[in-house]
Amino acid sequence: MSNAALHQNGDVLAFSGDLVAKNVGGIWKSSIAAAKRAQAATLTIDISGCPVIDTAGATLLLTMERTHGGDMHLQGAETQGTALLAQLRKIIPPPLTRQEEQRAAREAAREARAPTALENLKIRIAFFGETIVALLALPAKLRYLRGSNFAHIADNAGLKALPLVVMLGFLIGMILAFQSAIPMQQFGADLYVADLVALSLFRELGPLLVSVILAGRTGSAFAAELGTMQVNEEIAALTTMGIDPETMLVLPRVAAAVLVMPALVVAMDVSGLIGMGVVLMVFGFPASAIIGQITFAAGPSDFLLGLFKAMVFAAAVAMIGCRSGLTAGNGPRAVGEAATSAVVGGIVATVLLDGLFAVLFYRLGL
Amino acid sequence: MACIIQVDDVAQQFGDRVIFKNVSFTVDEREIFVILGGSGCGKSTLLKQMIGLLPPKAGRISVCGHDVTTETEAVRRNIGVMFQSGALFGSMNLLDNVTLAMAVFTDLPAAARNEIARMKLAMVGLTDAALRLPAEISGGMAKRAAIARALALDPPVLFLDEPSAGLDPITSAGLDELILELRETLGATFVVVTHELQSILAISDRCVMLDREAQGMIAMGKPKDLQAHSDIQMVRAFFNRESV
Repeated sequence: MSNAALHQNGDVLAFSGDLVAKNVGGIWKSSIAAAKRAQAATLTIDISGCPVIDTAGATLLLTMERTHGGDMHLQGAETQGTALLAQLRKIIPPPLTRQEEQRAAREAAREARAPTALENLKIRIAFFGETIVALLALPAKLRYLRGSNFAHIADNAGLKALPLVVMLGFLIGMILAFQSAIPMQQFGADLYVADLVALSLFRELGPLLVSVILAGRTGSAFAAELGTMQVNEEIAALTTMGIDPETMLVLPRVAAAVLVMPALVVAMDVSGLIGMGVVLMVFGFPASAIIGQITFAAGPSDFLLGLFKAMVFAAAVAMIGCRSGLTAGNGPRAVGEAATSAVVGGIVATVLLDGLFAVLFYRLGL
Repeated sequence: MACIIQVDDVAQQFGDRVIFKNVSFTVDEREIFVILGGSGCGKSTLLKQMIGLLPPKAGRISVCGHDVTTETEAVRRNIGVMFQSGALFGSMNLLDNVTLAMAVFTDLPAAARNEIARMKLAMVGLTDAALRLPAEISGGMAKRAAIARALALDPPVLFLDEPSAGLDPITSAGLDELILELRETLGATFVVVTHELQSILAISDRCVMLDREAQGMIAMGKPKDLQAHSDIQMVRAFFNRESV
């Protein structure tokens, strides 16, 4: 394939080489400028030196003609591309006006516009209300539920998250113990690290961290799954069959998340305590002393309050994930946005609820 | 006419399941060649092999003189593909869908890319839809836009997977006319996978028929000849809408 070049012979603009997409980029601007400068009423272009002309080459010639404003006379037009040129001349689109481009940009922006904060709030309240209504009407709609589906969701949300939760719990326990043991050792209070870590894990860190993991793993998965169903019109299909998506899709997911959450929190607490125990044993404390200190510092109420909080967090994370999926827009980008919204919303809701519980438990003296 | 695609003794299987074997044919320059057959016979699998998305289990395929398995990049510079669903990029308008390949593979300035892309869209009858998103156009328009995108760099060979699937007869006939017109104006070679009888009769110069039971090709030739003279029961059934 020979490179294209433009030569000016008096009033004649002569091209040489193949006028194809891969060649004309380098001569495009100079060719248009030459056509603009041409004084003659008829723009004469010699293409006898061009064995091949493709759509890009033909478009260049037609653009030169339009820029010149007069007629175009082609010399040596016996090449492969002349039929194409004649065809394109018939269908040549008018140039896009600035107004058309602006209108298209406005339409695209309107399509892509995210809901306002008020619209978002309305969507969330409506979704929460619909889920509560679906829950209340559940006894009459039990046949919508499929046991195998519920087990599959619970397995994904719970059992498959267990290794991650155990690993993170163990590491967090070790890090907390190690970071606090060194300064507390200066006061001879390093055994109280057990109190600190146990209380932190039971009341705060256990539920909080598991909820963050749930938002990242399960909430985003719910959003992506339901978002894909929304994009593929599967949700519309369910609705037209008279099956409300809240009962069939949302309630099993929320129930599964709430059910597996206590188990995950227990796993996080236990592995965290084991991690802490390893560090304290390295510092020279016997296991019996560590266990005694934990049972002295933290009671069943601390543990149960943590579990209660965790179950509320799980319900919030699962509902936010499902809401993000069911309210996803169209197209593949919508699924990604739904997953992001689920993770961010889940984490923010968890922290807000945790703050609320802190105030509530303080007031109740718990 | 020179041979532009050569398929030699190609086979494919997934696990123990043989999809097809001993498939051989050639496609000539400027020919519209149709791969046809019933559901599950391996038409789309064969197409995937021809465009380098799936290596054949056996045999060899060459496109424009390049081996599809070992010279995949060279093959891809010479082909355009229209997928069954259109596979337009949802976040880009039609103009951007068409200019993408030009932006990557040529040094054309942006204004030139836009001019050429609008010309391609005009060629497929989408002059007024250049700035619309794929979600805003109909299925038939999406297929046309996908053809415009496949044409972006004027490749000598175009592969179309089920261009008429899911379209009404009028739109489908319009698409057939477009394929014939593009062959005339661009001089391109088309390989079309379809089981739409009307389309096959309207556009095809030659066709090859695959069959699931036979695990391979059972007939090849001009569609009108196959319709009139084939003594293979499955071929007669397909072309004359007889039950087997």
